[in-house]
Amino acid sequence: MKKTKVNEAHYTLGAKMVEFVGWDMPVQYSGLVTEHMAVRTTGGLFDVSHMGEVFVRGKDAQKAVQYIVSNDVSKLVPGKIQYAGLLTDTGCFIDDLLVYMIKENEYLLVVNAANLDKDFAWIAAKTAPFDVKVENVSDQYAQIAIQGPVAGRWLGEFTGIDLAAIPYYHFEIGKVHGLEMIVSRTGYTGEDGFEIYFISEDAWATKMFLALAEKGRAYDALPAGLGCRDTLRLEAKMALYGNDIDDAHTVLEADLAWILKLKKEGDFIGRAALQRQKDEGIHRKLIGFELIEKGVPRHGYPALCDGKIVGEVTSGTFAPFLKKPIGLAYLPLEKTEVGTNFQVKIRDNLVSARVVETPFYKRTK
Amino acid sequence: MAFEDVKFTKEHEWIRIEGDKGRVGITEYAQHELGDVVYVELPKLDRLLKKGDPCANIESVKAVSDVYSPISGSIKEVNGKLGDHPELINQDPHGEGWLFLIQMADQAEMKDLFNHIQYQEYLKGIGGE
Repeated sequence: MKKTKVNEAHYTLGAKMVEFVGWDMPVQYSGLVTEHMAVRTTGGLFDVSHMGEVFVRGKDAQKAVQYIVSNDVSKLVPGKIQYAGLLTDTGCFIDDLLVYMIKENEYLLVVNAANLDKDFAWIAAKTAPFDVKVENVSDQYAQIAIQGPVAGRWLGEFTGIDLAAIPYYHFEIGKVHGLEMIVSRTGYTGEDGFEIYFISEDAWATKMFLALAEKGRAYDALPAGLGCRDTLRLEAKMALYGNDIDDAHTVLEADLAWILKLKKEGDFIGRAALQRQKDEGIHRKLIGFELIEKGVPRHGYPALCDGKIVGEVTSGTFAPFLKKPIGLAYLPLEKTEVGTNFQVKIRDNLVSARVVETPFYKRTK
Repeated sequence: MAFEDVKFTKEHEWIRIEGDKGRVGITEYAQHELGDVVYVELPKLDRLLKKGDPCANIESVKAVSDVYSPISGSIKEVNGKLGDHPELINQDPHGEGWLFLIQMADQAEMKDLFNHIQYQEYLKGIGGE
């Protein structure tokens, strides 16, 4: 099993470890709900070093990235980040990713751990006609997320970077704990927070993580595992590849039109199919729902209208902060209006559900 | 609590003999593994069960788990308190957090289950002690 540079810290902190897409990762430390609530109210510390990092460098870097992602990277300036889709010809997802413009002719793509090999092969192949060099540096980098209302003050104890001056979806490169890092105001929790990327020895990364955990105690912040990472992102309606987005649903069906820039300059993979779908209209869409009876919806449960299976739950849980059963599902377009009732089949029972506004949770700024 | 009259299964249920009936719940180890319980689906009254039949579901934030009947018999009572207070399973799995009372069809089946010491040994074996 693969180990992140921070792996030893999880054992020191008493985490419960699980295998996650080939990685030995912490699912929880003190408890999923406790950690979830900490991130919403104080702070949480996540090892997300399993994420993949791929650099695209060279004269054609902008053109190459523009060609493989759905968003318009010509809008980026150095220090700015975009969320985007890495798409198939049919406009579905190979993966979702963050695009960092490091400087002119240099972009960093941050992709899902589960998809790294597939993504890297795809990116290398599709950018081959361009004058760029593509490098998978995932094994060199540690990535740690510091999330929650106290994140700025907490991480601020380790750096002279003016963290408050970094806008959402922007980054700075500077020293943290004496080492040069990418410090980005991003996250996967629905809270304010930062993600830091750095190259170091395992021992140093482990010490860094433990030092952050130790300092966090003064803020009632906690180390947090993959368990609450999933419930936090779902409350904030952030898509999870393999659940809510995949290679069988398009960007438009996934209700992510805001990361699709059909009018951007230069062709890109998936454009023709998505332009056609936009003109003709979609037939199904990803929606957020709540159960209005007791039960917990889960990935893969059928969604029914008038006794017929019409869709499927892609993610579901009992939301720890909102304290109710929520989920995401693909439904036929005519059933996607907020307030529409349908049913979720949970084992042998049909449980009533209602389409609701998303995100389920939005932090007060 | 006294563990003399209590037996355990490999799936981490406990059963306590009360006359010709058995009271069933999940163990401390099981509740800890599940984490915060948010919903419980209990069997219908008078349902007939064979030993090992799945008969209840416990939903935690993390996942859903089946509960298997430790013995054969029919359901005589379920713990109604769990409807509004599923967290009793976390707080007191061997007491207030019990699941159901079953009329035993064949008391001899109890012999196949772990006693307290055997169950502790079993937990050690799976790294759960």
